[in-house]
Amino acid sequence: MPLPYSEKVLEYFKHPKNVGKIENPDAKAKEGSPACGDMVTLYLKVDEKTKRITDIKFESFGCASNIATGSIITELAKGKTLEEAKKITWKDASEELGGLPPVKVHCSVLAVDVLKAAIEDYEERHGLVKEHVKTTKEIVLKRLKHVMNPIVGLDIVKTNIVNDVNVKEGSISVSMGIPRDNQFSKNIEEEVKERLKRLWDIKKVEVTFDEE
Amino acid sequence: MKLKKVYLDNAATTLCDKRVVDAMIPFYTDKYAVASSDFSHSPGIEAKEALDKAREDIANKIGAKFREVIFTSGATESNNVAINGIAMANKKKGNHIITSSVEHRSVKEAIEALEKEGFTVTWLPVSKGGFVSVDDLKKSIKKETLLVSIQHANQETGTVQDINSIGNICHKKSVFFHTDAALSFGRIPLDVKKAKVDLLSITAHKIHGPKGVGALYIRDGLGIVKCMYGGFNEFNKRAGTENIPGIVGFAKAIELIEPNEIKYIEKLKERLYDGIKKELDAVQLNGNQKDTLPTILNLTFRFVEGESVILHLDMRGIAVITGSACFSRSLEPSYVLKAMGLSHEEAHGSIRFSFSRFNKEDEIDYTIDAVVNVVKKLREISPITPDN
Ligand SMILES: Cc1ncc(COP(=O)(O)O)c(C=O)c1O
Repeated sequence: MPLPYSEKVLEYFKHPKNVGKIENPDAKAKEGSPACGDMVTLYLKVDEKTKRITDIKFESFGCASNIATGSIITELAKGKTLEEAKKITWKDASEELGGLPPVKVHCSVLAVDVLKAAIEDYEERHGLVKEHVKTTKEIVLKRLKHVMNPIVGLDIVKTNIVNDVNVKEGSISVSMGIPRDNQFSKNIEEEVKERLKRLWDIKKVEVTFDEE
Repeated sequence: MKLKKVYLDNAATTLCDKRVVDAMIPFYTDKYAVASSDFSHSPGIEAKEALDKAREDIANKIGAKFREVIFTSGATESNNVAINGIAMANKKKGNHIITSSVEHRSVKEAIEALEKEGFTVTWLPVSKGGFVSVDDLKKSIKKETLLVSIQHANQETGTVQDINSIGNICHKKSVFFHTDAALSFGRIPLDVKKAKVDLLSITAHKIHGPKGVGALYIRDGLGIVKCMYGGFNEFNKRAGTENIPGIVGFAKAIELIEPNEIKYIEKLKERLYDGIKKELDAVQLNGNQKDTLPTILNLTFRFVEGESVILHLDMRGIAVITGSACFSRSLEPSYVLKAMGLSHEEAHGSIRFSFSRFNKEDEIDYTIDAVVNVVKKLREISPITPDN
């Protein structure tokens, strides 16, 4: 085989599990973006009473490790309650798969993050967020760590292109340290808004670029 | 069932032709003496004659004189020796180098090393098709410009640069011109005098010759720094016992190139491209339809990732490569495709197919089926579609 994948990874890559869309899902989420390469979406059907995941599907625009991790994560989550499913980690996935190559951590983490994000989406839509914590700069930054910087393929916080974040009276303003005419600025702006708009106490999200 | 094997990575290396191996063997088993003409025995003279004949053949093939060709260990060495050798020997003349942003690593990194030593470098951009603008190149030549190094054909897309125009400009402006012809040699017309090239790199293993053998053309009268000390070999430019079996194999590989072979290869390429286009939408050609090598076809299949594609193809016995970030150690997409203006996503889905005379039409048809099947399957599980 041309790449250092375990047999299990290759097996799941060859025959991925739970791939596709769910019509009228109870929750869905997306991680990554086409502009930076990898992207995964995930759909959930959840039993309202028991809060068990009754159906789960994912779609992948990614490499073998991404597809295999998506398969294993969805298998692990199916039938579990949301609380149980929240606890599934990248390490669990990697162990189930007989190890993932270290260089592929980034691509496979996406598939784990997307499950967490879909569960959060469900909780937000169904008013299950337990305590409504007031949105702070830290909370915003944590969410922004899921927005990729396509220029280098790592997140926008780690790559230091977020200059500043301001949270005030229900609105967030994020100032980016790249010019608006950067080929990826529109993509980043959309991603940032997507990540922040569903925070319960936020009504407005604004993104500004260098020298604006 | 035995897995069908289809090798479509001929831009990386090619099968060494059996007839080449046959020509080489006597120089290991029988005529194994060190080549020497002046103070030698008969076996040494016999070896020297074989070396001379190979040199003569290769010189003829590129329109050079006998004395203008030295043998090396391949195009990587030829590129390093050419660039470093000319820069070090002519430091007084200037310290500016012009090259392109799509060169092979052996040119790119040799020039980056000189950049660290204090040379200034202009990295010319390329167009969507991968072409350097001859006008831009002309404009970037200044008083201090010492060397222009622009490849003949690109390793990922096959794009062929207009080296005749570039050579003439350099000649007029008295700037040295080097070209890396590793992939174009033996495939498309190449004449060092017509292109007014000062230095040119070629290699044997891309044309069904042995690995680890190449040559460097150095225009008569051009001074370069000796690249290996320890003897007078190769006109006192590269010391060391010559790799005579390899060199003989190189010449044999050239002799075996048939006049019609490139037309045949071009047909294979068209067959693959047409066959795929007929069955799949959203396939984009990386490079150019014209002025490109018949041996390379680089396509992007939108909405899918290249590593996934090549892995599936590998399971079906087909060997190709991708410019996807996921396939590179650095997790960076191909710098060549990036320089041509491709987005991450486009580079992500890129696949390079490269052909040789040993590929058969039925292999191409098998590949079309496999590619169509794999891409459709991956598109089914992709969250990206033409309308989002
Ligand atoms: C354009 C180009 N230049 C240089 C080289 C290096 O050649 P070699 O493998 O003979 O060192 C290659 C092939 O790897 C190539 O494609």
